[in-house]
Amino acid sequence: MAFLKFKNVGITAMAGAVPKTVINNYEYTENFPADQVKDIVDKVGIFERRFVDKDTCSSDLCFAAAEKLVNDNKINREEIDLLVFISQTPDYRMPATSVILQSRLGLSNNTIAFDINLGCSAFIYGLSVVYGLMQTQNIRKALILDGETRSRIYSPKDRNTAFLFGDGGIAALIERKDYFGDSWFSLNSDGSREDLIKIKAGGYRNPSSCETVKEKVVDEYGNIRSDEHGYMNGGDVFNFVIREIPTDFKNILKFAGFEKEQLDYYIFHQANIFINNYLAKKLKLDKAKIPSTIHKFGNTSSVSVPLTMISELKTNLIESKTILLSAFGVGMTWASAIVKMHDCKISDIVEV
Amino acid sequence: MEKQFIENFKETLEIEGRELYLTDKFRDYSEWDSLAYLSVVAMLDEEYSVIVETADFKKLITINDLIEEVKKRK
Repeated sequence: MAFLKFKNVGITAMAGAVPKTVINNYEYTENFPADQVKDIVDKVGIFERRFVDKDTCSSDLCFAAAEKLVNDNKINREEIDLLVFISQTPDYRMPATSVILQSRLGLSNNTIAFDINLGCSAFIYGLSVVYGLMQTQNIRKALILDGETRSRIYSPKDRNTAFLFGDGGIAALIERKDYFGDSWFSLNSDGSREDLIKIKAGGYRNPSSCETVKEKVVDEYGNIRSDEHGYMNGGDVFNFVIREIPTDFKNILKFAGFEKEQLDYYIFHQANIFINNYLAKKLKLDKAKIPSTIHKFGNTSSVSVPLTMISELKTNLIESKTILLSAFGVGMTWASAIVKMHDCKISDIVEV
Repeated sequence: MEKQFIENFKETLEIEGRELYLTDKFRDYSEWDSLAYLSVVAMLDEEYSVIVETADFKKLITINDLIEEVKKRK
């Protein structure tokens, strides 16, 4: 059982960056008739998203967020000993984007820097990795940079995914403080369901070729994509959520020894409003404790949990709070955590 | 169970003002779409604690097929 517990580590500051280009989903009608679009948009509850331009990468969003965080909090860059970049939309296949960011941010060459490639649950996975390394005592400050440009992954002509995804990047500063006390994590994986959300080509199993970039009609509904676009089997992803997430939610509560009523906020991966409403109802949660950004940023994959904290809980995490994080997706992987927040300084969101 | 199932199904798809029959091919309803499908998946879980994977669901054509599948898996 992959349950982890850490002591006296926590998030002390956060900052977020989103592209300035707003996509109004009702007007995203280039490929589908407006009445169909309205139907889909109303049901998924995603009204706006942010899209990067062709020259902007996840790392650029994270860089802007990190600069904001460092400047707002007057962080001494010399004290950042660890930088973890979380993304499935890196700058290059090599080198690792974290290393490029180490230099761009003017961090020392003694900085530990590496990437984590995982998908929607990755912020929680990444947090556990950093909390674990922080237990060694020798790392003074750690920076988690988590960014995704999912707008560049999915086909705008595939209605299964065309209206869901958006772009964003965040920076989170992790430090050791006695007042954080214990934090608890549950991390899970099921590769037998690897084909539920996938980009088939462009890696080394199916390298890029003229064939892989060809757009094709893929189903009886006339959806169009290439093998280098992402696809999603929404029905079975939902079945996966039904099967795994309520159980994991209960497991983490039990492991940490909490009743759900004792928690101040539940922050779920922003998949779509349909899934999030289902989880709130199934778990009988107080909706006032579930911050949401799905309507304005869409599904930003691993960024959605921290971006929701930054956007919706700006002044709410100064006083002591105990919050539950839960995220799930491509892999499939799913993760949950119960962490204490105290005096967390959240910057205003930057537009890039 | 049939009567209750049809009521649950109607409520899930927000169908009002007409009767549904066991032999109806539910994909022919104007209310049917991919999100209606997800709503039915959620209803099967909530009301009957049954999870039907997409590949199996595709083989179910009529309301009665759904009911039989639920009985089989319960």
